[in-house]
Amino acid sequence: MNPTTTTLNSNRIVVRKKTFWKNVKKYRALLLMTLPGFVYIFINNYLPMFGIVIAFKDINYALGLWASDWVGLSNFEFLFSTQDAFIITRNTVLYNLVFIVLNTTLAVGVAILINEIRRKFIARLYQSVIIIPSLLSWVIVGYLSYSFLSIEYGFINKLILQPLGFDPISWFSHAKYWPYILVIVNTWKTVGFASVIYLAAIMGINNEYYEAATLDGASRFQQIKSITIPLITPVIVILFILAVGGIFRADFGLFYQVTLNQGAILSTTNVIDTYVYRALLQMGNVGMAAAAGLYQSIIGFFLVLGTNYLVRKVSNDNALF
Amino acid sequence: MKTNTFNMQWLLHLVFIVFVAMTLIPLLLVLMISFTDERSLTLNGYSLFPEKFSFDAYTFLFNDSSVILNAYLVTIIVTVIGTTLSLLLCALYAYPLSRKDFPFRTGLTFYVFFTMLFAGGLVPWYLVYTNLLGINNSLLALIVPNLLLSGWNIIIMRTFFTNTIPPELIECAQMDGASEFRIFFQIILKLSLPVLATIGLFTTLAYWNDWWNSLIFISNRDLYSLQYLLNKILMDINVIFNTPGNSNQTKLLTLIPHETVRMAMAVIGIGPIILAYPFFQKYIVQGLTIGAVKG
Repeated sequence: MNPTTTTLNSNRIVVRKKTFWKNVKKYRALLLMTLPGFVYIFINNYLPMFGIVIAFKDINYALGLWASDWVGLSNFEFLFSTQDAFIITRNTVLYNLVFIVLNTTLAVGVAILINEIRRKFIARLYQSVIIIPSLLSWVIVGYLSYSFLSIEYGFINKLILQPLGFDPISWFSHAKYWPYILVIVNTWKTVGFASVIYLAAIMGINNEYYEAATLDGASRFQQIKSITIPLITPVIVILFILAVGGIFRADFGLFYQVTLNQGAILSTTNVIDTYVYRALLQMGNVGMAAAAGLYQSIIGFFLVLGTNYLVRKVSNDNALF
Repeated sequence: MKTNTFNMQWLLHLVFIVFVAMTLIPLLLVLMISFTDERSLTLNGYSLFPEKFSFDAYTFLFNDSSVILNAYLVTIIVTVIGTTLSLLLCALYAYPLSRKDFPFRTGLTFYVFFTMLFAGGLVPWYLVYTNLLGINNSLLALIVPNLLLSGWNIIIMRTFFTNTIPPELIECAQMDGASEFRIFFQIILKLSLPVLATIGLFTTLAYWNDWWNSLIFISNRDLYSLQYLLNKILMDINVIFNTPGNSNQTKLLTLIPHETVRMAMAVIGIGPIILAYPFFQKYIVQGLTIGAVKG
């Protein structure tokens, strides 16, 4: 590098610095507006990011975070030497895969069907009802599922199994039933809301496409196949990327409230999020909880980047960023 | 609108009637259980059509309502303060991002966007609030962590501002000598009522339904929010009977309608949302249309 370009470069930096401060001064009011949010996001989101060093430390509250001893990867070694790491990863990923496929298919189907109803007033009524589950907290959903599953009084044991002559089932102590129960409960809670998102996308489609197709003699099914579905694909793809990016993140409420936090069924209900929670607040094992949390964050991060990269390769317009 | 819709309308209606029934039956079941006579419940189990009705569960709850009233009060305070603050912070952060002339727009948008891609996880987040700020076991712990500002809401609001507020309007106001803050509070906010209503609604629901912050940060009984009290009762019904004030009641435990009281609590928890639903439901659908955004 010859001396002239070096001075040129440093001049450029000086100029850039000058415009930076000029801009700060010029836009100080707008900057001031973003300040409270900026500080909040820093505390709530960025400080914890620095805190990931906890995963590599043996936390001693007396010494504080920074003075605690470094232990390298031993938290991770400990985590992955148990069976738990495999179980929670398997559960989290498999449940999420089933949820993504099932919810997307059902929600798109419901949205298309609602759109076919001729009486718009009744269509809106159906729509209003199917949103209701998404407004309820997981605690309430826990109550609802308990009313079906309670061993002594539950709807299923008392009103379905007993009249048919079967023995009552102790749902909360047998792990094998829970993959079905959790999938049903999750579908019940989330499909309605998702379908309204797709419905909003369908309503946004220009009606002229359908009119033209009708003139050409296309049947309703052909129109759905060649107009509706292709035109809502961008929305499906965006939600899909986000869902796949979150495949390592489980909905804590579903796996904690609906299962009543029961220990006997952990082999099919323990996910990364519940594991981290129990390790931190019930067992007090900070290092291992942090290690599991970091494992989740990093894989989740690369999953979002990866899915987005793949989508960008296939069709650039549909990529999220 | 449709010149040519699906012709077997009755089939569609049949599908949706089944769908609606599946949505409502669990809710009806809980409602009916709460009105069932405890003895007929012990005999027949939970049922949609109880043999004998009774208001015992509600009478019991209203006679000993201090725990519930306190939880309601905590939830209402947290929801009102939280939603107000949250809307203000969100709009203040989102508006500058929508200004094309604002040179720090890209950087500050990425600052938010990155938090949607990567998170430090529960443990450091927990330590920030308990060890560093020490706000556990206070009302702040129910208002501040996670719920106060959501990246999604910022992006939705920014998109709304960008799409609906003409830059000329802002330029005009600037030429008339209005300050940035005056423009924000007197022009921007007034033009943005639809998005404020929608995001306000979602934030209200988030605060009302929150039990996570209580689960993580609260051990003081006086600060139990409604949902957390419900959570405690679901896991162990005796929580509500063993309040320090009425320990003499423990001998009456067997007389208390346990199962129906539990479900009556759930009804009390769902009630306000279902009652308010007809009034706010249009904002949900509207919100989803506004929210059709691309980063």
